[in-house]
Amino acid sequence: MDFLNAIVLLLNYTIIPALTYGSQLALGAIFVTLIYGVLRFANFATGDMMSFGTMVAVLLTFYFQSLGVNLGALPTALLAIPFAIIMMILYMLTIDKFVFSYYRIKKSPPVQLAMVSVGVMFVTQAIIRIIIGPFDRRFLDGEKFILKANEFKEMTGLNEGLTIKSTQAITIVVTIIVVSIMFWFLNKTKTGTSMRAYSNNEDLALLSGIDPKKVVMLTWVIAGVLATVGGVLYGLDKSYKPFVYFNNMLPIFAAAIVGGIGNPFGAFLGGYVVAFGEIFITYAYKKFFTYLLPESLEPDSLMQLLSTDYKFAVSFSILVIVLLFRPSGIFKGMKL
Amino acid sequence: MKQYLNVVTAYTIMIILIILVGIFQSWSVALSILNYCLISAVMTMGANMQWGYAGLINFGIMGYTALGGLAVVLVSVAPVPQAWKVGGVNMMVCMAIIIGIVFSVRYTLKKIQKSKKRNYIIAGIIIIGFILLRLISGPAIESIEAVEPAKTGFLGGLGMPVLFSWIVGAFFAGGLAYIIGKIALGLRADYLAIATLLIAEIIVSIIKHEDWLARGVKNVIGLKRPVPYEIDLQAAPWFINLVEKFNSGKLKLINSVSERQDVLNQLVIDASSVYVKLCMAGLFLTVVVTLLIITQKALYSPWGRKMRAIRDNEEAASAMGKNVVKEHLLIFILGSAVVGIAGAMMVTNDGLFTPGSYRPMRYTFVIWVMVIVGGTGNNFGAILGGFVVWFLWVEAGPMALFLINFFTGHLPETNALKIHLIESASYFRFLMIGIGLLVIMRYRPQGILPEKIVKN
Repeated sequence: MDFLNAIVLLLNYTIIPALTYGSQLALGAIFVTLIYGVLRFANFATGDMMSFGTMVAVLLTFYFQSLGVNLGALPTALLAIPFAIIMMILYMLTIDKFVFSYYRIKKSPPVQLAMVSVGVMFVTQAIIRIIIGPFDRRFLDGEKFILKANEFKEMTGLNEGLTIKSTQAITIVVTIIVVSIMFWFLNKTKTGTSMRAYSNNEDLALLSGIDPKKVVMLTWVIAGVLATVGGVLYGLDKSYKPFVYFNNMLPIFAAAIVGGIGNPFGAFLGGYVVAFGEIFITYAYKKFFTYLLPESLEPDSLMQLLSTDYKFAVSFSILVIVLLFRPSGIFKGMKL
Repeated sequence: MKQYLNVVTAYTIMIILIILVGIFQSWSVALSILNYCLISAVMTMGANMQWGYAGLINFGIMGYTALGGLAVVLVSVAPVPQAWKVGGVNMMVCMAIIIGIVFSVRYTLKKIQKSKKRNYIIAGIIIIGFILLRLISGPAIESIEAVEPAKTGFLGGLGMPVLFSWIVGAFFAGGLAYIIGKIALGLRADYLAIATLLIAEIIVSIIKHEDWLARGVKNVIGLKRPVPYEIDLQAAPWFINLVEKFNSGKLKLINSVSERQDVLNQLVIDASSVYVKLCMAGLFLTVVVTLLIITQKALYSPWGRKMRAIRDNEEAASAMGKNVVKEHLLIFILGSAVVGIAGAMMVTNDGLFTPGSYRPMRYTFVIWVMVIVGGTGNNFGAILGGFVVWFLWVEAGPMALFLINFFTGHLPETNALKIHLIESASYFRFLMIGIGLLVIMRYRPQGILPEKIVKN
């Protein structure tokens, strides 16, 4: 019985939150890695682009709510996502046309493109703050919990409760759907194959008649979907605040590099590596060991490796360690 | 002389702009802008050494700035004897353990060949050292932070003059740069950018959350100053006489004695803040000019030519027998040390250390915009960039407000769009900086004052 309690405790406080957070990071990390793989630059506007998509979704959600449209138990934001994705893609394509394409055609070094993306970051941040302001906004409605702690306790008779928030379930399900469609597209369809070819060897791909404009456009379309979905899921789970999205760019970069930048599958797993690392290292295991160990061995301290203040620092340390020992990332495997 | 014409014009325009702020807003505001411009100029000179001379991207400027600020606290604040009594010994032991870890890792790296065994040994050393650190520091930190938590709760500093901390800040930042350089300088340009950004975040989060070191997010206020305090000035007879002499014409027009005294008092209060800022500006200007002379000499010395050769073609330079790795590390350390000085200058200017305010937006990306806009590889350009961008960053809000009022003048006061725009006027600074960067990158990629190659 104690063993089961310990397992439920871990599930409730570490594994389920880590899976959720990891999914949100993974979507962002695939976005970073796609841009890096196909367009060949580190996009410092990542966090703010995600924020832009989320902002559109938030505004649409408020609009739908004022019209009285809702999805019952599900959050209204899900209804807003498709429209937000369209707006996001339009924004990205506009930026690409007026800013990035010039440097791509000129074949500028990646560093210059990265600096340009810093400019895009400033502009996007300004647009977001001018439109919606810097404040914290909650846009979650519908059913909040799928499983409440008390219900679980009554059901199983355990001491520890298991809570599953609806946002956690939605995040995981939506991530699985989006990511599997994306991998199916990249690996099984002809257009996806042409994208991978372009990323592997640009000159050879051009020789075999692949249209670079189409590849670039498709990349931004996929990136738009990933950015918006990732951003909205994060916003539903926590809350929408522009500044937080800018900060989230850092663990997302860490995830993409840990997974081997340019490798979408690596980025996907990298998201979970970073999330599990952050949560496992900063969790206090005192109660867990109290269940498992006999009473005489019970720990006095919190049994916490690092305080939760260092949550972000953990993911960056993972990155530094990976860069030191395997600069090309943990999962070299498949290249985009 | 002709080749310096654009430099002279650009700087004249900048100075006129600051004087205009002085006339239209107030001299106090103009001087604080000038001070921050000078501090930014030091930061951009540091970043320009790395990017302009050597082509290294360092997005970790925030971390060095924070370390420079930390140096001010650790050097100038008076020590807290009570805290040293309860936890000093343990913290010293921890320090020794950290040094021990570093040296034993270095020893293993040197003595044992590259293998899995070596990795395991290093991991073992670090993990054991970490556990020891936690065990020893845990109770000490608790007792240190319990010493008058509202006022101190930290070890305090050395109680030395604050100007000394500028040098210490440079050493702190240089030391950090040595470690980061050893870890990350082998990486490709964009990886290096991300790695330095993230390492700087780690540094800032340590400063933020280790309360025993510098009070963390509780901030340290009332730091020492290298210049007189306003309160002392307002009571000093020589200062009051000086103000009276300066404004004698104005004061003569007032007939009643009591009224004249009131006006004089007000003038003295205004003048004291201006005087303090002028003193600061003088100190900062000394630093900027000294650094400018040194960097300018370095840039056109054989060493500077070597750096440019490495920047423009690494392979060719290393084929000519130049040690690229060593030179990269050296310039990385020097540039970061300069940024460290700037960090210490900034905290000295503010008189308070607020670790929570170190954010990548303000302390990394804005500085980078300054370098790119001003002119990479040109020291005059870097300083100008610091001035122009900081000026825009501060004055963008008022300018945007003016423009909004101008364009929405025909709308009624209650118009929702107008109210919304006026409320968000301060965010137009991001827009202005972003568009400025994009325009410069596109139409003048070398910056306002491009790099000059002097051939002799």
